[in-house]
Amino acid sequence: MKIDFQHKQSAHCENGVTSNLLRHYGYDLSEPLVYGIGSGLFFAYMPFVKVNSIPVTSFRPFPGIIFKRVTQQLGISIEKKKFKDPRKAMTELDQVIEKGTPAGLLVGVYHLTYFPGPYRFHFNAHNIVVYGRENGGYIVSDPIMETPEYLSYEDLMRVRYAKGLFAPKGHMYYALNMPENIDLKSAVIKGIKRTCRDMLGIPVPMFGTKGIRFMAAKVRKYPEKLGSEKASLYLGQIIRAQEEIGTGGAGFRFIYAAFLQEAAELTGIGKLMKLSEDMTAVGDLWRNFAVESSRIVKNRSAANGSYPEVAEILLDIADREEAIYKKLKNAIS
Amino acid sequence: MKKNEVPQDDANMLDGKFREPCYAVDESGRYTIVKSVGWDPKNIVMQQAWDHIQKRVQEVKKKVMQGKLSPLAYHMERHQMDVRLLASYMGFSRWKVKRHLKPGRFNKLDQEVMERYAKVLNVTIDELKRTD
Repeated sequence: MKIDFQHKQSAHCENGVTSNLLRHYGYDLSEPLVYGIGSGLFFAYMPFVKVNSIPVTSFRPFPGIIFKRVTQQLGISIEKKKFKDPRKAMTELDQVIEKGTPAGLLVGVYHLTYFPGPYRFHFNAHNIVVYGRENGGYIVSDPIMETPEYLSYEDLMRVRYAKGLFAPKGHMYYALNMPENIDLKSAVIKGIKRTCRDMLGIPVPMFGTKGIRFMAAKVRKYPEKLGSEKASLYLGQIIRAQEEIGTGGAGFRFIYAAFLQEAAELTGIGKLMKLSEDMTAVGDLWRNFAVESSRIVKNRSAANGSYPEVAEILLDIADREEAIYKKLKNAIS
Repeated sequence: MKKNEVPQDDANMLDGKFREPCYAVDESGRYTIVKSVGWDPKNIVMQQAWDHIQKRVQEVKKKVMQGKLSPLAYHMERHQMDVRLLASYMGFSRWKVKRHLKPGRFNKLDQEVMERYAKVLNVTIDELKRTD
């Protein structure tokens, strides 16, 4: 049993799953368009939440939210399920596939057998689509991979029931009904509005452009507060959150800039083209931040003096991004 | 980032399994996708994370050799798990797993519990009792 499903690789897994599922139902929305409508751009620095005793930096909102927002915005009704019993979760998945419906799944990456070794951490917010069964196992469209993959029954069950932060608990989602027409233009506008709100308006210092400044202040003091070894681990973790597969500070800015180009055409708002260029420039600054930070990580002991320098880059980024979101808000209102 | 600036620094972090799509600007200023095999700053921090994990594993291994911890602690660390994560995979309370990290307690574990630990940690029971 194999559903006729077109696998396409993407830069961010949730964009990919959403875009691939929509294409299956005849709506060809690019990855940047999905990302923009789903307001995937986000920033959070949470020193109080730690994984492996290192503070969490996130360049994305909660897992699953892009899919939820895009489908809601376009008027697509979806079914979402979690299961206590792993075997039942597998049986229900079988039934959904049997009906010819490709199913989105939230999984942990640690036990994904086809994943490259160096990327196998306990990270639970990965999205894949299962669209067929073969020899007792499953055909998987993983948006990170260039081609479709295969997982055995046991291996799929294992990743669906990964434990830890954001444990997927067998989470499965799929489309039930598609609307006759979709209003892309208003979805694009709403998506932009939400991103401006997320990046400018959350009244807590950990989020949005405020969060970037908050992180800059912490990074500046890393070496004196933590000592050089721990400081370098903390800084390295920020760069990993920024640049690892499927996440990203710079990469996400470039996807958003690509979205703004498409949005300019869809809405006829010419200003968005210029703002796309500004966003590209900020993406380049994030890359610069990664280059300088990785130098500190590489020459651990010698470079305590460089922490204030990378903190300065972050402040520059925060200022420029704040200006972009303010202009964006004006451009669409 | 321009199309020709997309980095191609291969440090074998992707095991040659795929290339990563990157969004970059082409000559006419339009965004396009270019595939990348890796980027040095990223390779450096990935390597740092792995070195850190390895260092912790070696520290725990030493303690197991000295008889301060059970081999379970070594396998837990090797899988980048802490007590909380291993406990939730096992369906045990944290204090129970903590007790099993003590050599005396670990040696008295019954077969069934050993088997479950072995399965979660992807080793045979024999391997579970060793640190090599």
